[in-house]
Order: sequence, then C-alpha cells, then structure tokens
Amino acid sequence: QDIDDVGHKYYLELELEDVLDKGRTVNCTAEVLYHLGSQSTAPEVQVTVQGELSSTEEADKEFYNRIRSLEKELVAENIPDSHGNVPSELEPIHLLAWAASGYVIWQNSTENTKFHLAQVKHMKQVKRSDEDLQFDYVLLLHEMVSQEVIPWELTVLWHPRRGARV
Amino acid sequence: DQVLHIVPETFQQVQHLQLLCSTLMLDLWKPLLPEDIRAGEDLHIRVPAPLVQEVKDSLDQHMISYRVLIPDVQKLVDQSMPRERGSHRQASGGYVYTEYHPMEEIYQWMTQIQKNNSELVTQHFLGKTFENRTMYYLQISQPSNKPKKIIWMDCGIHAREWISPAFCQWFVKEILQNYKSDPKIRRFLQNLDLYVLPVLNIDGYIYSWEEDRLWRKNRSPYENGTCYGTDLNRNFNSSWGSVGVSFNCSSDVFCGSGPESEPETRAVAQFIKSKKSDILCYLTIHSYGQLILTPYGSTTKPPSNNEELMQVAKEAAAALTGKYGTSYRVGSTALILYSNSGSSRDWVHTIGIPLSYTFELRDTGTHGFILPPNQIQPTCEETM
Repeated sequence: QDIDDVGHKYYLELELEDVLDKGRTVNCTAEVLYHLGSQSTAPEVQVTVQGELSSTEEADKEFYNRIRSLEKELVAENIPDSHGNVPSELEPIHLLAWAASGYVIWQNSTENTKFHLAQVKHMKQVKRSDEDLQFDYVLLLHEMVSQEVIPWELTVLWHPRRGARV
Repeated sequence: DQVLHIVPETFQQVQHLQLLCSTLMLDLWKPLLPEDIRAGEDLHIRVPAPLVQEVKDSLDQHMISYRVLIPDVQKLVDQSMPRERGSHRQASGGYVYTEYHPMEEIYQWMTQIQKNNSELVTQHFLGKTFENRTMYYLQISQPSNKPKKIIWMDCGIHAREWISPAFCQWFVKEILQNYKSDPKIRRFLQNLDLYVLPVLNIDGYIYSWEEDRLWRKNRSPYENGTCYGTDLNRNFNSSWGSVGVSFNCSSDVFCGSGPESEPETRAVAQFIKSKKSDILCYLTIHSYGQLILTPYGSTTKPPSNNEELMQVAKEAAAALTGKYGTSYRVGSTALILYSNSGSSRDWVHTIGIPLSYTFELRDTGTHGFILPPNQIQPTCEETM
C-alpha cells in the first residue's frame, strides 16, 4: 500500500518455523512500514503471533548456569567454520548471534536491501557484576544486492527471564 | 588414550608427578612443562592407552587423587572431524563427494577421473588465471562419428560459493557412475557432449580457503596493488558496466577495467565463442538463493525465446522440488533478483546460445555461503 507522503506499507502473512524443532510452525501476521526518504530510520514493524512459542526455560537455565560457572571468559571465532560446522557447545552462542543479527538487520533495512547473517567472525564473553550475560560479537552480514559482506560489532546482553538486548 | 585431571596437594606429589611425566614422556596439556606443575593448580595429562593402567596404579600408590577428564581421546577427535564412510569411498577411488575439497585435491581429482574413465572423459586446457594457474575443463563424450551438440556447465565463478564446485564434481561422478546402468544417460550422451568446468575462479577459490572464506572475486590487483579482485560475473561483454556494478575496486561487484579485462573471463569467452554454433545450453552454477535465473539482468525486456526458456526452467524447478521438496523460484534476474550487467549468462545468450541459465543453489540465507557438508548430498541429488 502506498501511503502518500509517508511511505510504503506491506501486509504480510508469515509462517515461523522452530529451528530446533523443525516441523513445528506458528503463523503470524506483520505490518511493515518503510518511511519515505529517510534512509536512516528503521522500518516500523508490528507483529502478531497467532499461537504460542514453545518454552525454552530449561535450556535457557542450563546455558545460563553453564556460562556463569566458566572460570575463563568464553572466546570463539568463525561460527560456523569454513566447512559449515558448529561445535555443539557453541550452538547457543550461534543462535543468540542470529537473534541479535535480526535486530541489526531490522534497524538497517530499506526496501532495497536483503541481509543475511553470513558468519560469526568473533565472539568474546565479558563477565559482569550484575545478572546479565554479556557477549561482544563481530558479525559478518551479507547484503544480497551489493553482494558486500559487512562486519558489524555488537554487544548482546542476555538473561533467561529478560531475554536479549542489543 | 585418556586425559587425567589432577590437583597435586603436596610438594612431594608434585615431584612424583614431574618424575612420572618425564620418565614416561607423557603429553602435558596443562601446564605445558613439568617444571610448571604446582601444588594446588590444575594438571591435565594425556596418557597413551598402553600406559593408562600403569599411571593410575602409580597415582594410587602415592595417594594422588585424579579424575578422568576425557575417557577416550580418539573418539573426541573423530567426532570433531566427520568423515563419510561407506559407498562414497568405493566409487572413483575413494574420493569423498560429500565434503568440500581444496583446489589441489580438485586438480588431482580431474586427473583421476580422466584416468579411470578414459573412454568417455578427456581433460582440456582452457586458459590461465591471473595468478597463472591452469584452468581445465572435462569433456564427457561418447565416441561417435557424428558431430554432437554441447552442453556447457561452469562452477565456482564466485569464490565463496563452495557448494557450486562441489556440485560440478558430484555431477561428473553421477554421470560416469551411472552411464552403464542408466539408459537415459546413455541416450543423452549419444546425442550430446558435456563440458564441465569445475572451478572457474581458481585464484579466488584458493583465497577463500586460505585467507577469507567470504571472498567473491578473482585476485587481480588494481590501483597499484592496493585493491584486489574483479567480480567475474560482471566482467563479460553484455551491457558491461551499465547497471548493478561498481567502478570502485573495493566493491564486491567491481566489474573490472573493461569487458573481458580478466584472464579468467577471456579464457571462458574465447572458448565459448569458438564453439558457439554447437552449444545448445549454457549453465553457470552459483549459490545461494534457490533460483533458476534466465536472461537478462540488465533489462526487464524479455529475450526473444523467453517462453521456451521459462518452460524448460519451470520443468527443471518442478523436478528439483520433486526430490526433497526444496522450492526454487524461476525468472529473469532483473525481475526476481536484482539488476546486473556483464554476467556470463547474459553474454552467452546475446551471442546466440538459446538456453542460458544461472542456478543459485541452496539455501535461502540460513547458512548462506557456508552450507554445511551434510547438505552437499541432498543439494546435489536434487539438482541432478
């Protein structure tokens, strides 16, 4: 829908699939408004999820406790590696990066971009005195139209109850 | 082999452990040297299997408590480096088609393939890359006295798209392995010759193995060696430099200093020009996107035989989906992807080759260029 003097609005029907439980899907609808002119504002998004997202409480707690109990701060590179492999202990780090990249992509998308997370180049955990876990990432984002691979630095805070913040 | 975790409690224990490590020449993982073993600090030692009992007995004797950190080192090593066993090793002298191979191995593979299938396969010189590496293509041809039309397929024009050369190798293997048993393949080869270029952008491919996994272009230097690489798929002489390109060398879609400025482009163009009246179909394999793209990228005006192009492509996409349900979209680049100029597929069509397609293989962005090796087989099988 073209909205004069405002921008372009898109109405979407989407099916979400659980990466960890393929075959489990949830429908949702979304409205995306790309503002005219200003390339520097993120598109406005409203999403309605029809159904429930499964609980990840157990896995979250386990991951949280595992990371909190590490003596040395976790550091990792190249997730996945050149061949596409991810060691199983780093899978949550990978998934968190994916979620965080979603935020970055949203904040930087226009009608003429198409971003995907290509690889986690670097990840460093930073221990904190409060309850959050902190991960400093360098992500490589691939932009389809220009074919460029853009490195992006971000810090992600995560807590089982409070979720992820970028 | 096992790895033991010990925290020595007394100086005597430290001394005994130091003696044990040096006499038996045990592999210290932490610390690295026996002289750095300290009371109260973690000690990790890898003990070779035949010595495990002896070491444990000695520790018990001296009342040194230990914990087994890794009960089976070999198992851990094997788990971290999956190797396909079974039927894949038998054909073609043990070459594993479900793994990605570096260029050295692909060169060796080509030689082997020709050796093992000399009645059907010949390896030919195509040209040289910027870094002076030789480009070879394989000709799969049933001997006959009648002239045959040609189907050309090239892979690996973009370095980071590893699934593409993997597909070319798989394709060759499938054709050769099933030639005797599959009448469809025999009939195919009765009337057509297959020309396969497994890696077009050899320098770039090697660079993506050694330096930068996400490299795309070739490795020719510009601006006095401060900037490298032309996007070979923007370098062909089809509306060169008009749209979807950059004239800046640091861009991933830098189109070069002129059409066919790159030796790799020239090698392919020269050959195709020389055979153009015999080439029926041109295929160039990329990733990712799950698309079958038809000309053109530089304009939305459809090519003269668009109906035929689309019909064949749609049938191909349907057959592909039939295998594992993977869906591919079909259409011209300008309409369903983005505008670009100077692509090999467009150029080939403009010089008169009727069927010209770009395949963008799996996936649609989840893994992108870094497709895990367990998807090599299904991707190749469905694309066959």
